[in-house]
Amino acid sequence: MEHEKPFAITLDVGSSRANKTGAWRTERPVYVDLLPPCNQACPAGQDIQKWLYHAESGDYENAWRGIMADNPLPAVLGRICYRPCESACNRGQLDEAVGINSVERFLGDEGIKQGWTIPVADPSGKRVLVVGAGPAGLSAAYHLARFGHAVTVRDAEAAPGGMMRYGIPRYRLPRDVIDAEIERIRAMGVVFEQNTRVTDAAKTMADGGFDAVFLAVGAQVGKRAYIPAGDSARVLDAVSLLHGMEEGERPLLGRRVAVYGGGNTAMDAARTAKRLGATDAVVVYRRTRDRMPAHESEVAEAAEEGVAMRWLSTISEIDGEGITVEKMQLDESGFPQPTGEFERLAADSVVLALGQDADLSLVDGLADVEHADGVVRVGPGLMTGHPGIFAGGDMVPSGRTATVAVGHGAKAAREIDAWLRGAVATEPPAPRPATFENLNTWYYSDADRTVRPHLDLSRRVSTFDEIKGGLDASTALFEARRCLSCGNCFECDNCYGVCPDNAVIKLEPGDKYAIDLDYCKGCGICVAECPCGAIEMVPEES
Amino acid sequence: MAVTPIKFYQTGSFAVGGRLLGADQRSVQSDRQRINSIDCGHRACQGCGEALGARYALDAAMRATGNRMVAVNATGCLEVFSTPYPETSWRIPWLHSLFGNAPAVATGVAAAMKAKGRTDVRVVGQGGDGGTVDIGFACLSGMFERNDDVLYICYDNEAYMNTGVQRSGATPAAARTATTPAVGPEPGAVFGQGKNVPMIALAHEIPYVATATVADLRDLEAKVTRAMEFRGARYLHVLVPCPLGWGSASHDTILIARLAKESGLFPVFEAEHGEIVATSKIRRRVPVEDYLRRQTRYAHLFGDRPRTDVIARIQAQADRNIRRYDLLGED
Repeated sequence: MEHEKPFAITLDVGSSRANKTGAWRTERPVYVDLLPPCNQACPAGQDIQKWLYHAESGDYENAWRGIMADNPLPAVLGRICYRPCESACNRGQLDEAVGINSVERFLGDEGIKQGWTIPVADPSGKRVLVVGAGPAGLSAAYHLARFGHAVTVRDAEAAPGGMMRYGIPRYRLPRDVIDAEIERIRAMGVVFEQNTRVTDAAKTMADGGFDAVFLAVGAQVGKRAYIPAGDSARVLDAVSLLHGMEEGERPLLGRRVAVYGGGNTAMDAARTAKRLGATDAVVVYRRTRDRMPAHESEVAEAAEEGVAMRWLSTISEIDGEGITVEKMQLDESGFPQPTGEFERLAADSVVLALGQDADLSLVDGLADVEHADGVVRVGPGLMTGHPGIFAGGDMVPSGRTATVAVGHGAKAAREIDAWLRGAVATEPPAPRPATFENLNTWYYSDADRTVRPHLDLSRRVSTFDEIKGGLDASTALFEARRCLSCGNCFECDNCYGVCPDNAVIKLEPGDKYAIDLDYCKGCGICVAECPCGAIEMVPEES
Repeated sequence: MAVTPIKFYQTGSFAVGGRLLGADQRSVQSDRQRINSIDCGHRACQGCGEALGARYALDAAMRATGNRMVAVNATGCLEVFSTPYPETSWRIPWLHSLFGNAPAVATGVAAAMKAKGRTDVRVVGQGGDGGTVDIGFACLSGMFERNDDVLYICYDNEAYMNTGVQRSGATPAAARTATTPAVGPEPGAVFGQGKNVPMIALAHEIPYVATATVADLRDLEAKVTRAMEFRGARYLHVLVPCPLGWGSASHDTILIARLAKESGLFPVFEAEHGEIVATSKIRRRVPVEDYLRRQTRYAHLFGDRPRTDVIARIQAQADRNIRRYDLLGED
């Protein structure tokens, strides 16, 4: 109905909403989920940013379940992982990397404390044998159990855990932690058969009626090098030393101990020697510190505890009095070359830590399983040439860490599950990496990393007590909140606030945001001001 | 280990909001129920700083007054892009009169409200730098002098943008505009001219004077909220970058406002009754060059023969601000 209008007015007043300014746009903002560097770097394939997101709000149970989706051993890896995630963390370019490993340990301990459990699927009727109860085997057993398969783990040692138990000293990994996490896997229905060495994989598979086998026997045999040694020389290898420690042996190493090698096992051996009462523990390594395979933190902690390092040196002879050391120099390619200069070093015993080999006798008789240079050849799906026999962990070419092994176990479980169903495991393509340049770091407040308590040095060198303490609930929360959420929206409302056209719609909590394309002019402020780089501009089709 | 309580949020107080914030820590703009004083469909350019600044300020004023508020608007971009007849973007009581008299009209509205006994209804006057610093300045000074109960907000985009980027009394030295071309030995706007209206307002010793930018939402909202706690004349000067007039990328609007503050060129402070009571400290100091380079209105300083002498004079202005307003150090 026409109503009376004021003088000189011919049109009714209307809202500017009639003016669809979105038509001006040549580019549109699109929300994306990118691959954070921590996730990209994790050998266990963890979606770290995703579980830190839950930890940020104090929802520790969901955070823990986020870890458990990939890694069944958070309390263990929260202690012994070498943290490639933290090396990759974008926050490292701002102040210091997020203490991801500390949070993981806290959540792992919390999981044990609270007795949280993981549900398993309905029984599939399939039976899978896992050979080896180390990190790869445990991980595979856990995931296969989750999928509903009946899993038996056979292991040659008295207790499960593999190198985590028989290679890593207690001061880095207390045994009640391993026990608790293995117990949780056992409670999911996995059957452990200890003291059971598998000598022929194919025969065991056929005899036991197993539908598939996962081999993960690890690399348990200490490598030998030929070094002339007199009869009175006391020489032992690091693997046996650490293994013996676990079985309650206290080897007589003497006051002066030389450790030959530059890997993590060399550090463990030297630090163990210190704790056994050695006054002098010296690591002899043929290259320089920066070329040592041992992890930086282990080298630093060993040095703190008084372990001496002798770089650019090889042991050429061992006798009852000590060792003869030849000085080395690096050639242009970084390879150590002998110099012909020799020196004497007093030593009561020598521990060889020259790397480890896998005992592959269990596949020796199988014509269709290839192995060379001490490792088994597997395809991209971790299956050997023998149908249904898969392999992973240290016995296949890999970076030999527990975290890599846990990743192998998870991957093998997915592949075995697919194989048992007559399918092929498909992995979704990884999204684009979230780089530091994508972030708008202005919005993150400055917050130093939370430091974990350390055992006093004097207690460290005299006991096997755990060195590092954990975070508590409030510091874990703080540390999780230092996460920049690279490339993944964390609902900070910035896009909603900075749009000059009110074209960002804030949805219900958890549902994030939408763009109202009727009014978005495509200015790109939301993209530029997104703290975590979770929005990008995409050209409109003309 | 003693545990000290940690006050910390993932992005501190710098982001607009966040899922982990308590109700008392939320900004007005993070609220799904915010009033959106200027609605969608307004005809401001892509990335308009003024549209953003006005919504920030008026939404905060609406919350502070319990939605009992009238806005009076000078002529300028803000009026033109929001109300081309018969459309309007305003979702609040809004009044436009002339280019030069917004402070006087706002005074009149405040007087009318008083006469009707509606002291609960508050009045906000607003305009660009042209309508405030030049054309409406006498009215504004009168409003200050009489201590009328009005909050006047100037959205400063440093020239007459609506009519084609002519120089105003707020145009900074060396900036190219249509009337200060980048030619001759002293290109762009002349050094030593122009008006510093926040300082002039301060000299009137009115109850409240503050400056702000669109780069710090929480600071801007806090200042509008604080301003509404006073009765009498109040003045808020908000730096709102203009992508069209400044020749900056539309997505850089907030970044440029931030650089203006972080370089020291635009001091952000707060004053009560003629005394400066707080300054926003520089968090990540940058040379003025970082700010100037992103704007084609200063492109003539970075040509084949860079005008390092002119850049040095601008840097000297920033350095003076840093001394004068004590912009470094801890808050």
